[in-house]
Amino acid sequence: MTAPLLQVTDLRTYFFTDQGVARAVDGVSFSVTPGETVALVGESGCGKTVTSLSILGLVPDPPGRILDGSSIRLRGEELVGASEERLRRLRGNEVAMIFQEPMASLNPVFTVGEQISEPLRLHLGMSKRAARERAVALLNEVGIPEPAHRFDEYPHQLSGGMRQRVMVAIAIACEPALLIADEPTTALDVTIQAQILELLAQLREHRGMAVLLITHDLGVVAEVADRVVVMYAGQVAETGTATEVFGFPSHPYTEGLLASIPRADRSGERLRPIPGVVPAPNDWPAGCRFADRCRYAWERGAAEAPPLLELETGRGEERAARCWLVAEPARRHPPIVAETEQ
Amino acid sequence: MSEPVASIEEAFPPSSDLLLEVRGLVKHFPGRSRGIGRGAGGHVRAVDGVSFWLQRGETLGLVGESGCGKTTTGRAVLRLIEPTAGDIRFRGQDVCAMDHRALRAFRRQAQIMFQDPFGSLNPRLTVGAMLDEVLRVHRLGGDRDGRRRRIAELLERVGLGSEHLDRYPHEFSGGQRQRLGIARSLAVEPELLVLDEPVSALDVSVQAQVVNLLEDLQAELRLTYLIIAHDLSLVEHMSDRVAVMYLGRIVETAPAAELYRAPRHPYTRALLSAIPRPDPGVGRVGRIVLVGDVPSPVSPPAGCPFHPRCPHPGKDVDCGSLVPDLEGKAPHFAACLKEAMSE
Repeated sequence: MTAPLLQVTDLRTYFFTDQGVARAVDGVSFSVTPGETVALVGESGCGKTVTSLSILGLVPDPPGRILDGSSIRLRGEELVGASEERLRRLRGNEVAMIFQEPMASLNPVFTVGEQISEPLRLHLGMSKRAARERAVALLNEVGIPEPAHRFDEYPHQLSGGMRQRVMVAIAIACEPALLIADEPTTALDVTIQAQILELLAQLREHRGMAVLLITHDLGVVAEVADRVVVMYAGQVAETGTATEVFGFPSHPYTEGLLASIPRADRSGERLRPIPGVVPAPNDWPAGCRFADRCRYAWERGAAEAPPLLELETGRGEERAARCWLVAEPARRHPPIVAETEQ
Repeated sequence: MSEPVASIEEAFPPSSDLLLEVRGLVKHFPGRSRGIGRGAGGHVRAVDGVSFWLQRGETLGLVGESGCGKTTTGRAVLRLIEPTAGDIRFRGQDVCAMDHRALRAFRRQAQIMFQDPFGSLNPRLTVGAMLDEVLRVHRLGGDRDGRRRRIAELLERVGLGSEHLDRYPHEFSGGQRQRLGIARSLAVEPELLVLDEPVSALDVSVQAQVVNLLEDLQAELRLTYLIIAHDLSLVEHMSDRVAVMYLGRIVETAPAAELYRAPRHPYTRALLSAIPRPDPGVGRVGRIVLVGDVPSPVSPPAGCPFHPRCPHPGKDVDCGSLVPDLEGKAPHFAACLKEAMSE
């Protein structure tokens, strides 16, 4: 086993608000090895974005706080409690990030070129001229036509897809070992999304960069992720390789998500939604947090919160699910198909 | 015996079978005369000659990427924005010629529902008061008691209990708000519902709830849907027929299963191949990645609007100067010169 590049252990990030304590991230553990793409998947409020902000040390404090006992290690170095100075050196250098809405992350009053040059000069101490050359090369690498010309343009002069390419160029400028991409294609059209996913795959191949992809789109996950971490209500619901999780979902939530999206190979069939709604983070249910939406739930789930239970795949892969079904598989009564519609 | 090749306008089914007929719909927005950006000066040709029909009880999905004109088409059809040109007929009646009174009656029969229901629900009215207002304005449901019964029935129909009557919109989840939006549209007993991105603001697990509800309502009330969405899998799931738009035009339209199985327009092919499938391993096999961005609708390219990005433009046809017609054998039409040659 290669040593993990990123090791998150028992991460708890809470928000202390007037409405009570929101346990946004509540004991999350996972790892990313060098060159690997890991997807954090889940619906709004599951804690996936707060997890990524915690890694970057960007959780607004107050009201947010990473609790004692949480650990985030990058190449073995503990980041929880690290100095702001150390974190600033890390961000954009060893760990870079791109977000959903590139227009919101680009500064409208600086040219594209100035914004790509900034990390080069700041982190790598390049001269203005060297930074310009490097920036133009980066724009070229992320597939922007006429890069030397685009260098002097402002963000509003670019299309959405081009802006996201600029964000990627800024992110990879200092050759980070880890790229955190938070819904990088959600705001983009499907043909532009395909371009950006293709670009990320290329970069990963050419640079050996690890990617932590945060998304709600199962299609995107299936396409790019090596491993998947499914989150629900601030916790890891299920984890495993993409092939395992999509092929044999073991948490009822994952199973429900996959059954609720329209798919070409099941056209004409009725969708099977998950009943109910995602609970609020200041009011997680006691016991299993998915129990009241679960089609298999029995008394045990309401009484006792299941831990993340390891699954035996027989293929030596790391695989676990937070569900009592792992301990009592006979409770998984016939597949969803047999269910009568409500 | 096979149908002859014809343009879509020639191939319309007889009017008596149709709820909605749209021929040559055009909507140009005046451009800004001053200011920065590519939009300076010219007109934005948001919709540039769109023709389609809707039979009673069927669902037509209008898909395309942002800026293709699908939302403008949906609004122009209901005359929520005035079309620049074109002919719209609802049950044979000329929508563009309607006066104020006729338009009001028309809008009872044809409703629109938006992506974000919260933006279109009055935050200061309870659900009961909101629905009551709709019924009173349109003089439906009879007296106070009659209206109250009708409101309870509407809420039940969309899967909300009457205990919700006295609540305000902010007390509802996203999925419930979308149900409220549906209840309000149904209050006036419409025949046609234009659904503009009906579930794209909702979480995945909740989307399916609303999709199923819309399908049930369609079956029970024999509603006709025009669905506008960017989610191609969703549109395939919900539609009988699908029309693909690009730069203000329909580039291809066909029954959903046929369009997804055997697309004829190169843009449709690229669009469908770009859908990420929740199936690891299948991944990017056969994907056509288009180069560049959609051109600006202010200055669309001459000839075929897709030709600058087309992966396989015709060799013996002049895609750069000839504008292709939407033609084919009913009910499958495509606007591609190269395809037309091979026909």
